[in-house]
Amino acid sequence: MHNITPYTSPTYFIYLLLFLLPIMIGLFYGKRFRVYETFATLVILVITFFGGNMSQGFSLIAYVLVEMIIVLGYLRYKRSPNGKNNFWVFFWAVILAIIPLAIVKIDPLMNNATISLFAFMGISYMTFKSVEMIMEIRDGAIKEIKPWEFLRFLLFFPTITSGPIDRFRRFQKDVLNVPSRDEYIELLKSGTNKLMLGLLYKFIIGYVFGTLLLPKVSLLALSYRDQAPLGISWALLAYMYVYSMYLFFDFAGYSLFAVAISNFMGVKTPMNFNRPFQSVNIKDFWNRWHMTLSFWFRDFIYMRLMFFMMKKKLIKSRITMANIGYVALFLIMGFWHGETWFYIVYGIFHATAMITNDAWLRFKKKHRQSIPSNKFTKCLAIFITFNVVCFSFLIFSGFLNTLWFS
Amino acid sequence: MDVKTEIIDILKDVTGLDNVGADPDEDLFADGILDSMATVEVLVTLQDKFDIEVPVSEFDRSQWSSVNKIADRVGELEN
Repeated sequence: MHNITPYTSPTYFIYLLLFLLPIMIGLFYGKRFRVYETFATLVILVITFFGGNMSQGFSLIAYVLVEMIIVLGYLRYKRSPNGKNNFWVFFWAVILAIIPLAIVKIDPLMNNATISLFAFMGISYMTFKSVEMIMEIRDGAIKEIKPWEFLRFLLFFPTITSGPIDRFRRFQKDVLNVPSRDEYIELLKSGTNKLMLGLLYKFIIGYVFGTLLLPKVSLLALSYRDQAPLGISWALLAYMYVYSMYLFFDFAGYSLFAVAISNFMGVKTPMNFNRPFQSVNIKDFWNRWHMTLSFWFRDFIYMRLMFFMMKKKLIKSRITMANIGYVALFLIMGFWHGETWFYIVYGIFHATAMITNDAWLRFKKKHRQSIPSNKFTKCLAIFITFNVVCFSFLIFSGFLNTLWFS
Repeated sequence: MDVKTEIIDILKDVTGLDNVGADPDEDLFADGILDSMATVEVLVTLQDKFDIEVPVSEFDRSQWSSVNKIADRVGELEN
């Protein structure tokens, strides 16, 4: 038996719904079967991480223990009567929490199989959750985490491999609460809708773009690569759009599954996408695309960096400060995606787009009277944003690397 | 000067818009009046003006999204 990647095969859905059924019946009758929830979680985690090659499973256990020691240790420090809010203790807690992920990300560069001790599906998303907890403990927003609460949050299986990234306090509110019959029926309805939409997105539209069209346009673009400088061709343009559509429908489909299954368990996991291709500018886009990730970066990197710089009065100009923030944020996001030139360039590209957009918004504010704003300009804005975004996905896809360097 | 007027002044300073706060229930995030940068600036100014601590974690957007709501939060944090 192989490891089963969640939501990729019909088998997974059958197992899942089978295990969910008692939980759903319980919630329908106003009960949370906590022991059974734990049991179902364990079985599903075993299926996901211990099938075939067991090393993923052992890595997961080791990783979770390490993170638990760091997060709960930091909480204990923060709560101890003589515990101060020392910046360096906080700093090292965050660094330690990120180290396993950093090792996994650097691993491909080293070509050394032995150090990928911590590699398993979902390590990124668990790290986001751990860091969020540490930050909120520092702020005093989280005052109490019991070990099993930590485990339940980190190992919540509907979102374990690829998000959406929930927040501890929001998650606690849902799991400590049993929805009323009416609320639960609403959740079942919206969950079913999302499940169906997810099937359409991932297995039909995503399949058409990703499995049927993408290999064809890829071959076509490669066959034209000597015809023009940089391999530019109509086929490359087609690749850009096809890949962008595939990326959206595949990931949005997966995210819908994760939210749907959460809903069935009475948890309102936040949505990841909100019509991103209707964005009117790049800032708007990041409020609609992979939202839980971009909000995580916004709240835990960008805003904190801004807060720090503003309080310490490091830089006078607000504009410079915001721009430094964008570059830092998107570079970190680029490195997080992977240590290749195209992910880094993707990050720089988006930082540049954000900076340009801000400059344009400032210009627009000053010349409000002389710049028209109507239906046509809105369509134009959506069109431009869409193409900028698709171009960034072409960089992200790594296809240019194949086209140019192999 | 009461709290709301001061908050409106801060918002005007930060956003450069004169009509901010005309409707104290207007959603400042949905209407694009505040972005992350402006939010941080408002928070830092509120901290200095009212001598309160607003950790970024406590900054739940839905709780700080209008002049009235900001005034409520400031009131809570002052005590």
